[in-house]
Amino acid sequence: MRGGCSAVAFWKRSRHRATDLRIGKAVERPLPARVIVDGQPLSAFEGESVAAALLAAGVLYLRSSPRLGQPRGVFCAMGVCQECVVEVDGRTVPACLTPIRDGMEIHLRR
Amino acid sequence: MVESDLVVLGAGPAGVGAALAASRHGLRVALIDDAPVAGGQIYKAPPSSFTVDNPRALGAEHQRGARLRDELAASDVETYFGRTVWLVSRGFVLEAVGPGGLESFRSKSLILATGTFERVIPFPGWTLPGVIGLGAATLLLKSQQMLPGRRTVVAGAGPLLLAVAAGVLKGGGELVAVVDLNGPADALRVAPRLMGRPDLAFQGLGWMARIRGAGVPALSRHAVTEVRGEDRVRELRVTPVDSEWKPLPDRKTRVFETDVLAVGHGLVPATEVSRLLGVDHEYRADEGGWVATHDELFRTSLPGLYVAGDVAGIAGAKAAALRGELAGLAAAYDLGKVSHDDWARATSTPRRRLRRAERFGSAMSRLMKLRPGLVGTITGDTVVCRCEDVPRGEIDDALDNGARDLNQLKAWTRCGMGPCQGRMCGEAVASLLAARVGNRDQVGQWTGRAPLRPVPMEFLTGEFRYEEIPLPPPLPR
Repeated sequence: MRGGCSAVAFWKRSRHRATDLRIGKAVERPLPARVIVDGQPLSAFEGESVAAALLAAGVLYLRSSPRLGQPRGVFCAMGVCQECVVEVDGRTVPACLTPIRDGMEIHLRR
Repeated sequence: MVESDLVVLGAGPAGVGAALAASRHGLRVALIDDAPVAGGQIYKAPPSSFTVDNPRALGAEHQRGARLRDELAASDVETYFGRTVWLVSRGFVLEAVGPGGLESFRSKSLILATGTFERVIPFPGWTLPGVIGLGAATLLLKSQQMLPGRRTVVAGAGPLLLAVAAGVLKGGGELVAVVDLNGPADALRVAPRLMGRPDLAFQGLGWMARIRGAGVPALSRHAVTEVRGEDRVRELRVTPVDSEWKPLPDRKTRVFETDVLAVGHGLVPATEVSRLLGVDHEYRADEGGWVATHDELFRTSLPGLYVAGDVAGIAGAKAAALRGELAGLAAAYDLGKVSHDDWARATSTPRRRLRRAERFGSAMSRLMKLRPGLVGTITGDTVVCRCEDVPRGEIDDALDNGARDLNQLKAWTRCGMGPCQGRMCGEAVASLLAARVGNRDQVGQWTGRAPLRPVPMEFLTGEFRYEEIPLPPPLPR
């Protein structure tokens, strides 16, 4: 997880990820929330899923598989496959079912 | 303990339909779902923190979902959202974990409206981050209002394929290719049934026009046979398939660069609760697979237990709502709250509508029916069970050594033992096994096990101090 909230960090990141994935045609999002992902600040929106917020930031690799150590990420997005589990405020939860709250601390399980 | 006449598990169109019908006829109904609001996956609402500026831009499904939520709010149904049910026992008692910790529900009857999950038959690279289900892409698009990636390939079979492709284009994303297992002949075969719902048939044609208009390559009778990348999808290989969906590697393959692959091979009824309760099931390949055996009132072999919606066989949202209504009426009738005449009057219209809706639903379901050749994409070192990292080679070894049913294979290989409880690998494993022993009936189903979903241990144990745990005195030596 690279990134950060300063203008320079944002510029650096946006060079690699030219477009925001968020669709803004039909909904208006609340004011940005600040969360911490493995020590790095990340700007997201209150109520969107942790999985979506990480995806929008280009973070797809969320955990390593238990036996072979393969990279894994969101797969079913509905709480069935358990592939996107991360640690949020000390508790292991599926990222796809967990809404973003301001100040949340997220640890990937890579 | 929440006491009621009827618990409805699942608040999609079927569950809400059931809860409303039963409540209207005098039953005390508790409706439980793990989502924060009603709608199920099909009518999944955007997060409540989002303001919807333009409901029309969110599409007809969003509006149907909003109507469903309004009807529910105006009813006497007691709703319990944000609850994960982890144990269901006969009687009926349901144990759930909710925002306030553990909760128990007891009821005379139980309607299962747990819907479906998606089938994805593995191929090399399918575990890489960036490979997601078509269902996952749909939820990102309609609920999170987010594109699944900058560049997206969609692949697989069934109505979700076109829905995701059109959704990506509508959201302003780049659609790299549409890879369909079915060909024009498959679509033609079901076309007459599709005309039973001209509105949906035209919606599908509209999606196809949008994709064609965007100049996106649309390959029919093709499958994704490999995905490559280091720690995320970089490129994928697409190969023609025969009419049984068997890859034909000697024919021309194509390579696409992409950062997301949304792939799905159909929907499977989510039968974990009826399996846990040990009722009779039957295999209906045309309707997605195993379903709890039920009569036309949606009663299962266990008195007081009903199934409604896609869990009773894949037939789509419209049929789900009607099945829910009929199951709710059946529960009210069986508990003696409705006379036979009133029941007959109330069910005649929904029954007629259901026949039409099921005709359309069965056409969609047939497009998603799994064909045996597709397991040809699973190479020996492809991980089949994602939870326990079991590659196909280990499954083949177990088969060579005589494993003959699904539970035996689970015990030998750990396939299906992980936190998803075999929901992700079950279809692939059962297909590999069926190819050896004959058919899916012989292979059986995974035995239902609690907890139905992973539950944090702290919720199960509650607050305690070690010294307060009563210990039996040691046995005399």
